[in-house]
Amino acid sequence: MQDLDYLKETPSQTGGPYVHIGLTPNKLGIEGIYPVDLGESPIRDGAKGEIVTITGTVSDGAGMVMRDALMESWQADAAGIYPGNDPRGAADPNVTGWARIIADFDSGEWVLKTVKPGRVPFPDGRMMAPHISLWIVARGINLALQTRIYFEDEDNEACPVLQRIEHRARVTTLIAKKSGAGQYRFDIVLQGDNETVFFDI
Amino acid sequence: MNPSQTDRGPLFFRDRDWHPAAYTPGYKTSMTRAPFRPLVAMGSTLSEETGPAFGHSMIGALDNNLILNFTGQPAIGERIIMHGRVLDENGRGVPHVLVEIWQANAGGRYRHKKDSYAAPLDPNFGGCGRTLSGPDGAYEFLTVRPGAYPWPNRVNDWRPMHIHISVFGSGFGQRLITQLYFEGDPLIARCPIVKTIGNDKAIQALIAPLDMNRAIPMDCLAYRFDIVLRGRRQSFFENRKEGM
Repeated sequence: MQDLDYLKETPSQTGGPYVHIGLTPNKLGIEGIYPVDLGESPIRDGAKGEIVTITGTVSDGAGMVMRDALMESWQADAAGIYPGNDPRGAADPNVTGWARIIADFDSGEWVLKTVKPGRVPFPDGRMMAPHISLWIVARGINLALQTRIYFEDEDNEACPVLQRIEHRARVTTLIAKKSGAGQYRFDIVLQGDNETVFFDI
Repeated sequence: MNPSQTDRGPLFFRDRDWHPAAYTPGYKTSMTRAPFRPLVAMGSTLSEETGPAFGHSMIGALDNNLILNFTGQPAIGERIIMHGRVLDENGRGVPHVLVEIWQANAGGRYRHKKDSYAAPLDPNFGGCGRTLSGPDGAYEFLTVRPGAYPWPNRVNDWRPMHIHISVFGSGFGQRLITQLYFEGDPLIARCPIVKTIGNDKAIQALIAPLDMNRAIPMDCLAYRFDIVLRGRRQSFFENRKEGM
């Protein structure tokens, strides 16, 4: 038999407890190497659309709020175009779409201030409901977890990704709850009751 | 094919038998941080096939030189070049992507408020670096080889010498964090974090060989480490209705 000549993906390993040294050194107090930490905000002043603030925590299977979690978010602009290599065209120049988010070292709360994204098409052309993709690493997580933030005040019924979730009661774990004007709450639970849906995508 | 076409296809599916499992009791912290319910699986969408791009304007001249980037005075330790290429599973170089690293100093001590190991900090070593891959995916860092260090898992667990690596592809679904280990380190085979990976070939893929061809005589040794990201499909027949 011939060999397939594909390479194998480099195996993942945990980001460990000191992930901030590499990815957010200024926030850790290692100053002077980089002028600023990358991913401070996914938007600049003047971004078009509704500005929203999403707050939450990441909890483990023992119910403990994790203060060493690091997340990255990736999203489209208000018109549903991704900045960068989106084949459909250029995004709002004031939307970079990407942010690096760390839990507060004391409280474990994280905050993402951004613009609410527009709808983006699934490969078959149906539209996905507005969402922000999240990538989560921490000590104890061997391969980063992938999830999505959806919004309570959007029409999520027809989203082809949410429709893939067999256990319908779990869909609510992906939907940020409105907590005020432009404010949402999105708590992530890694394990156990109310475990957040994670994707292999 | 120009880059704007090659970086748009659907992503290859991730082989989760090759990667570490989530629940790996030898690594105790994973036991409460592993999802118990199955992952929801599907092919990639635009949300995973697109990703952030980084420009040379944000990279400083010493950002990939951990020996000098903290104070400008040289860090203490075994001077090494760490270099390689960022590739995809099709074997193509992945150009212009961000590679970030972090590590302990030569004595195994991290510059982090939660590290209380007895080995001292090096006043001239910060421990982080970053660079962009070149047009062919090549990258390099100059650093000191990190020391092994103890960690609270079992009573006498020690991490092998390692460098943490974070890398971006052209799509957010390619995002990867891993660890580089060094050829010949006897702690590799004893490490519960290494052994979260069940496949020995996969473990070998994380061990950087000594690369004497890249060493600089009377200056520094070198280790080579290639990073492979998820590939992209080239088919033009992807956009069909489900079930057709």
